[in-house]
Amino acid sequence: MGLSGQVAIVGAYESPRRKAPGMHPFELQAECVRGALEDAGLSLADVDGFCTAAGFPGEGGAWMDTCEVAEWLGIHPAFLDGTDTGGAAPLSQAGHAAAAIATGLADVVVVSYAACSYSGAADFDTPPPGWGPYGYEAPYGLTTVAAYALAAQRHMHELGTTPEQLALVAVQCRANAAANPDARYRDPLTVEDVLASPVIASPLHRLDCCVVTDSGGAIVLTGPSRAASCRKRPVWLLGFGEAAGQVQMSQMWPYTETVARVSGPRALAMAGVTLDDLDCAQIYDSFTITVLLTLESLGFCERGEGGAFVESGALAPAGSLPINTDGGGLSSNHPGRRGIFTLIEGVRQLRGESPGVQLADPKLVLCHGTGGSLSATATVILGI
Amino acid sequence: MSGRPKPLPVLGDELSRTYWEAAAEGRLLLQRCRACGAYQHYPRGHCVRCFAPDPEWVEAAGSGRLHTFSIVQRTSDPSFEDDVPYAFGIVELDEGPRLAVNVVDTPLEELACDLPVSIVFTPAAGGIALPNATRKEAG
Repeated sequence: MGLSGQVAIVGAYESPRRKAPGMHPFELQAECVRGALEDAGLSLADVDGFCTAAGFPGEGGAWMDTCEVAEWLGIHPAFLDGTDTGGAAPLSQAGHAAAAIATGLADVVVVSYAACSYSGAADFDTPPPGWGPYGYEAPYGLTTVAAYALAAQRHMHELGTTPEQLALVAVQCRANAAANPDARYRDPLTVEDVLASPVIASPLHRLDCCVVTDSGGAIVLTGPSRAASCRKRPVWLLGFGEAAGQVQMSQMWPYTETVARVSGPRALAMAGVTLDDLDCAQIYDSFTITVLLTLESLGFCERGEGGAFVESGALAPAGSLPINTDGGGLSSNHPGRRGIFTLIEGVRQLRGESPGVQLADPKLVLCHGTGGSLSATATVILGI
Repeated sequence: MSGRPKPLPVLGDELSRTYWEAAAEGRLLLQRCRACGAYQHYPRGHCVRCFAPDPEWVEAAGSGRLHTFSIVQRTSDPSFEDDVPYAFGIVELDEGPRLAVNVVDTPLEELACDLPVSIVFTPAAGGIALPNATRKEAG
């Protein structure tokens, strides 16, 4: 049932841009597709499958966003996926692309993402208009930060997590970003700096929150025969899992976990590996609390022990589970659906090409996305 | 006030119309499954526990605990800019379901997880009344 040896990532590209005023996000996608195909040694004519999601503020799409971007690129793909699991979407789409390649539905699939959330001043706080479920929460002024803050508040109350422990996640990501010339912020950061930054939605401070950028990235997936002739050594997509939680915050339960508890074990089982086998993890870090909940929900530590796990130094490059070696969304890059960068940095680590902190000869990486308001997750296991 | 009006519920279907018309009269409606007895919010035409159709409407007691909350200090939604700081909360009602609210008429520094609260109704535009939470009076 596993995917071992059937699907490879052969191209990866992250735009070095962090601000792109005057640029349409579809053009940023074109830059990323070009970059990923050049990395693979393939051309746009080889692509028969295309995946993106571009309907959020700052992403440029309106209706049928996957088709809109394909049109902009000038391609007519025979396999499409626009699954919207928020920031986890690129990981969901990579998993679906892998299934398509393994079953012969597609040969070369590009998963691409870009947004101009900085220059476009994207508003992530105003809910979509319309009737139905949003009507019961939209009138109350829930912001994106506040949605995550609900989980942080309950985690602190019930399990004793401290603001200092959350801040350590941001401090580690900033330390990793120092080496990355493209990172949005590279200056050293302390726990005191995080706690002294303004509260955006209690208990989360500004520096508990990811950066907001204009940027994008893309990867190219294909099967083993074509992978053998690509420019670089293939990185194998070994396992995949995804899961939907809730969209409206009144439907979340419990507020101290994510559905990583579902997507993680499924991805590991498909890959035939355990958490102990992993050399590092690229974990979606929209907010510091996102990382803490994810570490616990994936099972790297027990529920309620995420704070102590972070304090132990486990997340540092020399620790038992180095994370976000490019600086993550907290310091390097977060235009919107950051999941694409977890995959790109996973590929770069396995190739020895990280622009941030390159680990010594990693063989197995977990990439994990969390989308929406802790709404959905996707987990991908990569190996070389 | 900011230029843009606040988002309001659209009473575009029977379920939401029933819920919001009751709220305008100061009544919080929940649904209870006729098959398994589970309470739920927000309203649907089926039970989300057992998928049995046509749950019955029941009036909530209007009492619960503030399960979690956040005091919003910054927003990119212009219709709420003039309101900061304000409290968004999730109330766990005595019947079980959880409800999104603003915590009103309660000093923000007194907010805490599991604080006992009562449901109150705050008038909004267009004849809408929003179920909200306020700290329960002692005794």
